[in-house]
Amino acid sequence: MGALQSAPAQPEYRDLADKTGFSYEQIGVLHKRFKQLSHNEPTLRRDHFSAIPDLACNPIRAQIIEAFFDRRNYRQNNEGKVEEISFEEFLVVMSHFRPPSMNMTDEQRESIRKEKLRFLFNMHDTDNDGTITLQEYRHVVEELLSRSGALGKETAKSIADAAMLEVASISMGHMEPDEFYEGITFEHFLKLLKGFEIESKMNIRFLNMDTTTLCK
Amino acid sequence: MAVHLRPALRSLGCWCVLLLLFVSVASAGRDVDSGSNDTGRNPAPEDSHHQTNSTHHKKAFPVLSFNFDHVRKPFEISLWILLALLMKLGFHIIPRVSHVVPESCLLIVVGLLVGGIIKAFDEDAPVQMLDSKFFFLYLLPPIILDAGYFLPMRPFTENLGTILVFAVVGTLWNAFFIGLTMYGVCQIEAVKLGRVDLLSCLLFGSIVSAVDPVAVLAVFEEIHINELLHILVFGESLLNDAVTVVLYHLFTEFSHKGTVTVADAFLGVVSFFVVSLGGILIGAIYGIIGAFTSRFTSHSRVIEPLFVFLYSYMAYLSAEVFHLSGIMSLIACGVVMRPYVEANISHKSYTTIKYFLKMWSSVSETLIFIFLGVSTVAQPHPWNWTFVVVTVVVCFVSRVLGVVSLTYIINKFRIVKLTKKDQFIVAYGGLRGAIAFSLGFLLPDNEMKQLFLTAIITVIFYTVFVQGMTIRPLVELLAVKKKKESKGSINEEIHTQFLDHLLTGIEDICGHYGHHHWKDKLNRFNKAYVKKWLITGERSTEPQLISFYNKMEMKQAMMLVESGSAAKLPTIMTPVSMQNIQPKEPLKRRAIPSISKSREQEIRKMLRGNLQKTRQRLRSYSRHDLMVDPFEEDVSEVRLRKQRVEMERRMSHYLTVPANRQETPPVRKVAFESEHQVYTYDDSESPKGRRAQTNPRPPDEVHLLSESSTRTNQRATPADEQDDQLKLSRCLSDPGPKKDDDES
Repeated sequence: MGALQSAPAQPEYRDLADKTGFSYEQIGVLHKRFKQLSHNEPTLRRDHFSAIPDLACNPIRAQIIEAFFDRRNYRQNNEGKVEEISFEEFLVVMSHFRPPSMNMTDEQRESIRKEKLRFLFNMHDTDNDGTITLQEYRHVVEELLSRSGALGKETAKSIADAAMLEVASISMGHMEPDEFYEGITFEHFLKLLKGFEIESKMNIRFLNMDTTTLCK
Repeated sequence: MAVHLRPALRSLGCWCVLLLLFVSVASAGRDVDSGSNDTGRNPAPEDSHHQTNSTHHKKAFPVLSFNFDHVRKPFEISLWILLALLMKLGFHIIPRVSHVVPESCLLIVVGLLVGGIIKAFDEDAPVQMLDSKFFFLYLLPPIILDAGYFLPMRPFTENLGTILVFAVVGTLWNAFFIGLTMYGVCQIEAVKLGRVDLLSCLLFGSIVSAVDPVAVLAVFEEIHINELLHILVFGESLLNDAVTVVLYHLFTEFSHKGTVTVADAFLGVVSFFVVSLGGILIGAIYGIIGAFTSRFTSHSRVIEPLFVFLYSYMAYLSAEVFHLSGIMSLIACGVVMRPYVEANISHKSYTTIKYFLKMWSSVSETLIFIFLGVSTVAQPHPWNWTFVVVTVVVCFVSRVLGVVSLTYIINKFRIVKLTKKDQFIVAYGGLRGAIAFSLGFLLPDNEMKQLFLTAIITVIFYTVFVQGMTIRPLVELLAVKKKKESKGSINEEIHTQFLDHLLTGIEDICGHYGHHHWKDKLNRFNKAYVKKWLITGERSTEPQLISFYNKMEMKQAMMLVESGSAAKLPTIMTPVSMQNIQPKEPLKRRAIPSISKSREQEIRKMLRGNLQKTRQRLRSYSRHDLMVDPFEEDVSEVRLRKQRVEMERRMSHYLTVPANRQETPPVRKVAFESEHQVYTYDDSESPKGRRAQTNPRPPDEVHLLSESSTRTNQRATPADEQDDQLKLSRCLSDPGPKKDDDES
């Protein structure tokens, strides 16, 4: 774990560990990274994130960064955005990516899946109204294809339209011609990605050893 | 169904028996001296002239002569293949049996029968069909190429670590455990096998320890378990070839030399790396050359599939030249070549490649199992109860122990752990097959060889019959997750891509370079450099999401065209169309001076009245239309109308129709003709009169891929929309007048 300069006392770690489920070593590593990113300030801001060079070639970096500053992801049922985050909030957001442990009951697995899907949903639903409208979905696809130039823009629209059609037909079944499908609600989103097995896919490995080196 | 099957069954049965007899007769006469033309068992020649003295000058011109030797070899080969295929057909006519017993077992039984018949005819006939050279050079490569070319890359790379551990460490463990145990058993006085030395036992162990890809494929294909387990067992069976090759050569060399030093053991380890990495390197090189070649084949599409096959086969042979792992080379070639070749070749070539590979691998697999049965009969079998039974038991035990202990270690490193159920299936699915048998055949001829072969055959039979038959009910019993039916959902593809980028981003934020980071780097490298070289034209810059989308559209379009041209209509649902999700429309609608509903009905009636008269003429504009005889208008009109109504309903919803075809290849952009516009005028099914302005919307999807500017329809001002609609309605053939009382 190494000696951290201003390591918070163990009770704080214990608190965080209970809240997020990380181990003490993992929290230590992440704390070190937090300090590295924030240049030893107590809070992180958006420009700190933008300064990460590896993130520069990621097509959806804006949305990823926004997700950290979105109060809906702090598990406190708040809404809105913040301008800067503390280590605790950083950790809570990261904890969405923890893998489920091996011996879990089906309900626990289900709740973890819901949580991860909720995170994704929040990332898509930028205006916070509880539905992903066609516009917002189009924006998602455009960002994904943002590196393909003009070719990408036109097809992005069609792809988003097709995707929306699919959601609508899966969730609503038959629709009268003059009915209007408002947008993807969270229940529809769950139904849509039911077979996706997100609890096995949306995980990254949090190491117990300190390997934060090259990426500044 | 059974009633009219019986005559078919009977005739098939007759043909099969005839074929069996013919095959056995032909093979029995195989090694007769080619000088004499018949053995008395061949069918009597039509003309006895060939028996007469050739110096007889006044010989009449032979109208019909018999010369079998000329075509003996190809004739026999064809007969065998025909037999194999007829057997395959036959099994499906008897559904009950083929549901319980996997095909591989049935084929082995057939092989036993044929071998028995041949033996009955001629005691000395060499029935050794599973000649090692024949097997390794001709029978095995198609199966491996098929497996490697269509290997699902995503689960394979995600589980590569696990697969490698099972393949390498697991096989090593198996080999040594079996070898040492058998040596120990042989030392026991009672067994009377004291002559067996350690190295022979280890050699035997290394042969019998490897999980066989052919057997695994044959059995697992029928039980449809989930992707993870399938790729684990299958990947292991493919990658353990390197270990088997190294161990086999190692122990063969050592048993010649007699003594083993530490240096030799060290060299053995080094040779393992050389064999596996060398094989992969050769395969990758041939793969890249193949991809590069496919870049220039745009003018000779017909030979494209041949390039794929030949380059892969050359990769296999080249690796075999240097005693490297041919299987790994073949797989590396297929894997490397595939993404680039698929972007370059035509749709038809892709289909050809797919079906040829499936065909060859299917024939090979069938032949392998039949020959396995035949060769069993051919061998003298020195039977030693202890040795054979202990071998079988020890194989099973070592497999279970190996899998359990390795999983314990692997689970510490895996994100998604393997459960006990998974471990059981992995252990139980470790089938042995023909590779072990052929390797055994290559053993040096000593007194132990026959005993080893017997033991190997017994293990193979045990795993294929017992484990193969019981794995399906066990899978049901344990409620193992089955393969989920993938519908090619565009949403899932979007989210897969999204998740990839998201996880890469999070890894970067966390500051550690994990799996996603490197994958992302590889993809970017691929896109920036490799694709430019290996893919022609603008396809090289096409992102994956777009190619997926194009594929799906092609699929939908083809399904539409095919079902449209057939007269029957699958009744599919999905009545959601673009107008249901477009948000802007309500605003536009209000800007129009609204016409009262009754007025609208009037307009419609008038239009329809006019259109009716022009209907006959207009019908010819549509491609989907049948040319209807005006005399049978009444009957066919209703049918036609219904047909068209269905067509247009499907057209406007076509993106939501689930595709139930196999995956179709990526294609260049296809421009749909504007004839398709015909069916988007849609007003008559709904009892509520639908607003006519919604018409321009559906053409959007149709013209997706073409750059035509019907998109401008969308931007048409509200005032123009009425005109547009009228214009459209003039060029459309009307679906037909509905009775007035149908409308509300």
